[in-house]
Amino acid sequence: MEEHFHSVRLTTDRCQGCVSCTKRCPTEAIRIRGGKAQIISLRCIDCGECIRHCPCRAKAALTDDLADLKNFQYNIALPAPSLYGHFSADIPVDAILSGLINLGFDDVFEVAQGAEIVTLAIRDYLKRPDIIRPAISSACPAVVRLIQVKFPELIDHLVPFDAPVEVAARIARAEAAKALGIEADKIGVWFITPCPAKMTAVRRPLGSEKSNITGAIAINKIFNDLLKVVTADNQLVKSKASWVGVGWAVSGGETSAIDAENMLAVNDIQNVIDVLEQVALGKLKEVDYIEVLACAGGCIGGALTAENRHVIEFNMKKRIKKKKSLDPTAGRLPRETYTDFELGSAGRRAIEPIPALRLDEDIAKAMSKIEIMDKTLKTLPGLDCGSCGSPNCKALAEDIAQGLANKTDCVFILRKRTRDLAFAMVDLAVKLPPPLDKDHNDDY
Amino acid sequence: MPLRQGVILEFELEGSDFNGAGEASSKIKRTLQQLGIRHEIIRRIAISAYEAEMNVIIHAYRGVVKAAIYQDRTELTVQDEGPGIADIELAMKEGYSTAPAHIRELGFGAGMGLPNMVRCTDKFDIKTEAGVGTRLSMTIYH
Ligand code: SF4
Ligand code: SF4
Repeated sequence: MEEHFHSVRLTTDRCQGCVSCTKRCPTEAIRIRGGKAQIISLRCIDCGECIRHCPCRAKAALTDDLADLKNFQYNIALPAPSLYGHFSADIPVDAILSGLINLGFDDVFEVAQGAEIVTLAIRDYLKRPDIIRPAISSACPAVVRLIQVKFPELIDHLVPFDAPVEVAARIARAEAAKALGIEADKIGVWFITPCPAKMTAVRRPLGSEKSNITGAIAINKIFNDLLKVVTADNQLVKSKASWVGVGWAVSGGETSAIDAENMLAVNDIQNVIDVLEQVALGKLKEVDYIEVLACAGGCIGGALTAENRHVIEFNMKKRIKKKKSLDPTAGRLPRETYTDFELGSAGRRAIEPIPALRLDEDIAKAMSKIEIMDKTLKTLPGLDCGSCGSPNCKALAEDIAQGLANKTDCVFILRKRTRDLAFAMVDLAVKLPPPLDKDHNDDY
Repeated sequence: MPLRQGVILEFELEGSDFNGAGEASSKIKRTLQQLGIRHEIIRRIAISAYEAEMNVIIHAYRGVVKAAIYQDRTELTVQDEGPGIADIELAMKEGYSTAPAHIRELGFGAGMGLPNMVRCTDKFDIKTEAGVGTRLSMTIYH
């Protein structure tokens, strides 16, 4: 496991040092120093907000490439259901899956299948009387990390299951190893991802020691190539997932798949923060389950998608409706059972808090830093303009208390000090004794 | 060197100002997180502060919430100017509430405030005088 791996990176050459990203980051993880953005690793949850809002496109997500397939004997693509929404509903899922084979994969396994298994597991879980309510979905890795950083008190609310993609990867790898008789680690299992946080979760898994996913390839990286090979008459592969799993791509899909009473679906990171704050205050106890997705609209709004999210949403909704009406006859029926192996609930690790907001490991030192922060904050203008490179005045005060910034990083303080200095210089100049240059005395 | 002086946070509250509700408790929570206090403890402090804050907003004209955070404990005091509590024993019962109907319709005033605070705190004290106001003092050890 790579302790500090983040998928979200900065392309320093492109960064103009504007403050757009610092203002959007939900964990205040970005600072502009020396004219360039820097990400505080411990705080970053890989939500992709900074990628979405960077006007210079200097923020990007590190993902894998199709070229990496050559390192494995056999390669399986795990398409996120949101990929289907990139195509109009007239293009069958079978054709999209077959297109992936044309790109060089040996097989495909739909993440939506994993979602169906997780759906069933959550249904069973919610029947238990002893669980902490509201149970919170653990499907979005950005939200899980948000909880680790900002709401550690809610960790026990998270449902103790892997995200659908992890479940899908485990089954895909095991099935292929058995069927083909090759070693499991010679099989490449690649997530076709809308999402940088999921890329990070491959390298730094949540809740398990090692991910079953080999790597993640961004949808926007392969979409162009895929478009060229997807045609309605190329349908080699048969889709196996029903609407239940496919629906998870759109906000609200998870709750409607689980179909219990008293559920809430929330999307977009700021809304997610708002609702988690309410849960932390002991409210919403009558709610059984909260679906929380960091992206606006759900995974269809992921930072690595290749289409406008409203277009994807439209396509998805149409597709899901179609699938629902087809199901009893020609389409796939939702699954009804799952095994413990498929779910992978054995050997799950506890999710630990990440103390990224703590000012110091020593509480006495942290207290004096708070005191400095407070004093400093009173002297700052309170405009939250962000020109200093910290997201707001409070964050600058914190950075000063940490010894990471100076008061004069604030342009208003700098201006005032400069003006004061100028006045002082004029003052001094006036008080100076007359020139001692005797030769010019006559000129006066 | 242990600090005798703690971090003091103070917030003024207006009765019926539901827009500002929760601000004090979330700022207190943020400070506790910056200090690295254990999250189970933070949760108890935040809930107590929030309930106290709501009580002022629902029942009183105005009030002040104060959090004094020391290394080993947090002391919350909430002083309000308001009608006071007529029957404390009754008010401490779960589900008992004097909140008017229009406030209950908003989902507040379910009569869990005081019992919640007692549950979340290590020391709890309440003083009230009819027509003058109420003073709550709570201590939570870290
Ligand atoms: S990915 Fe999200 S958390 Fe990380 S720096 Fe960007 S905006 Fe902040
Ligand atoms: S909502 Fe979906 S795409 Fe967005 S961060 Fe979460 S898992 Fe990734």
